[in-house]
Amino acid sequence: MIKIEEAFRNGKAFIPFITGGDPDLDTTRELLLAMQDAGASLIEIGVPFSDPIAEGPVIQEADNRALSGGCTTDGLFDMVKGVRDRIRVPLVFMTYVNPIFSYGSDRFMERCEECGICGVIVPDVPFEEKDELSDICRAHGIGLISMIAPTSRNRIHAIAKEAEGFLYCVSSLGVTGVRREITTDVGEMIRLVREVSDIPCAVGFGISTPEQAGQMAKVSDGAIVGSAIVKIVAQYGKDCVPHVKDYVRRMCEAVAQA
Amino acid sequence: MGTTGRFGPYGGQYITETLMNAVMELDKAYEKYKGDPEFISELKALYRDYAGRPSLLTYAEKMTADLGGAKIYLKREDLNHTGSHKINNCLGQILLAQKMGKTRIIAETGAGQHGVATATVCALLGMECEIFMGRLDTERQALNVYRMELLGAKVHPVTTGTETLKDAVNEAMREWTSRIDDTHYCLGSVMGPHPFPMMVRDFQKIIGEEIKEQMMAAEGKLPDAVIACVGGGSNAMGAFYDFIEDRSVRLIGCEAAGEGAETPRTAATIATGRLGIFHGMKSLFCQDEFGQIAPVYSISAGLDYPGIGPEHAELYRTGRAEYVPVTDEEAVQAFEYLSRTEGIIPAIESAHAVAYAMKLAPTLGKDRTVVINISGRGDKDVAAIARYRGRDIHD
Repeated sequence: MIKIEEAFRNGKAFIPFITGGDPDLDTTRELLLAMQDAGASLIEIGVPFSDPIAEGPVIQEADNRALSGGCTTDGLFDMVKGVRDRIRVPLVFMTYVNPIFSYGSDRFMERCEECGICGVIVPDVPFEEKDELSDICRAHGIGLISMIAPTSRNRIHAIAKEAEGFLYCVSSLGVTGVRREITTDVGEMIRLVREVSDIPCAVGFGISTPEQAGQMAKVSDGAIVGSAIVKIVAQYGKDCVPHVKDYVRRMCEAVAQA
Repeated sequence: MGTTGRFGPYGGQYITETLMNAVMELDKAYEKYKGDPEFISELKALYRDYAGRPSLLTYAEKMTADLGGAKIYLKREDLNHTGSHKINNCLGQILLAQKMGKTRIIAETGAGQHGVATATVCALLGMECEIFMGRLDTERQALNVYRMELLGAKVHPVTTGTETLKDAVNEAMREWTSRIDDTHYCLGSVMGPHPFPMMVRDFQKIIGEEIKEQMMAAEGKLPDAVIACVGGGSNAMGAFYDFIEDRSVRLIGCEAAGEGAETPRTAATIATGRLGIFHGMKSLFCQDEFGQIAPVYSISAGLDYPGIGPEHAELYRTGRAEYVPVTDEEAVQAFEYLSRTEGIIPAIESAHAVAYAMKLAPTLGKDRTVVINISGRGDKDVAAIARYRGRDIHD
């Protein structure tokens, strides 16, 4: 299986996010291939959830579109399994703990392994609760990706020491979504990580322009972009693939130059 | 790890990293102040001089005679300032938030009772206040929206998801994530991440403590049953808690079955839900096979919640408390019955407890006693009940 770390092997990483099944699973499959062609280092696929509390309106609406379009966890697994032979970059799922727990955490991770998903990001499982998933993830070789936030301060060392795959650095307070500027001292967060770990750090939340992506990649190992891409999907629907591909290519270039 | 704030297998702190330090600071502050004599006496004074505690225990003589079984007592949380038990928790939490140096309070509300109580205490203690309320609920409870605004709060109608209580909680959590330093999230029920389930229960347990004292004075013995409605479960937890060790006292939680626990139009979590993790806690939730939280329904905006507090889930698991579904129709009949029989208009939430008591009391002997927690007054529901009965009156 492809390893998460491979995303960071060729310099700075650009990590796009899309919501699985938005607007449908066929489009999601084409988006995965197009984003890979455009140079994405790793791709995050959102498993849609009815109540995504870490998301702003853009991704909330994408989850609604996916669910009302009939996307299920099983459907998403099947689609990924069907395309895995053509995917060379690591794929990770981003979702909430209930879709995993309710599916059966062990069964969920087993299917991740079977379908070529190499990691999971679960924003509502913080460091203190990660026992809920960590042993099960390990048993199936699935990386449980940790997050740090601008409020983490004294927690950064403990989280970084046990982090796997890469560390997701949340750039700003609040939920996901485009921000005009990022005021957090992300460099300082990463400096604290570096005191105890050399795990790759990618920055997400609020990034939409090539300038912001370049800026964040300069102080870290990569940039994560979700809402800005999901907006393009929302705007063009099933015809979104070339538009997303263009956008991802521009973002990859900005990150590569950082 | 994974052991903080547990009630058996339930509870925990399943929230985003951004909020972790905030809930840990809250936990620390609560642990410090809950035993602080000055905090306790300040809170007691507010309970007495502002909320009007202790609330009365009323013997429902006509209802008892009419039903022909156990003696029925009503715990009158409806007589508290702002008209429900919610004020108990708001006084506690907002006083604590003030001690922590917070200047701004946010809260979710369903029926508006918690929102009104929050706005009230914010006015009293000079805090900025913003309330998140599902758009559907702002329509069902328009009077309470205006009441909150009158008290100086800003009300945000929530237009995401099912536009009800669950979505109001989502939105309040999102708001807290974006502004933590000066802001306390005053959660209204015994739910959410630790320390909320424990802390809200502690601020509500005065209900059960008073019931015990008042029953000893009135009857010289403990009641045979304590009956309360359950959404998230704060009034029930408050009424039950002091009786948990008194094994002879049956504790009965009444869930909102809506159009029936066997239909999809229900909010009966114990009857229809299963184990899940949501809103910061491991507990029972109404959900589909893929863990999507189910849209729930009840005539009562305050019980219209797809989960239940973790301590209730544990009381259910261990068999210490029983949980029964009560339909809209049964609740409305009980609402009308208590109004006619005792001259007390209960909140439609509390009417769920009245409805079950009406079934239970006749099956018990006349030497038995039951206490119904009338968690709130029903003025806010009058227009909705009229509509349910086919009469269109404006709020």
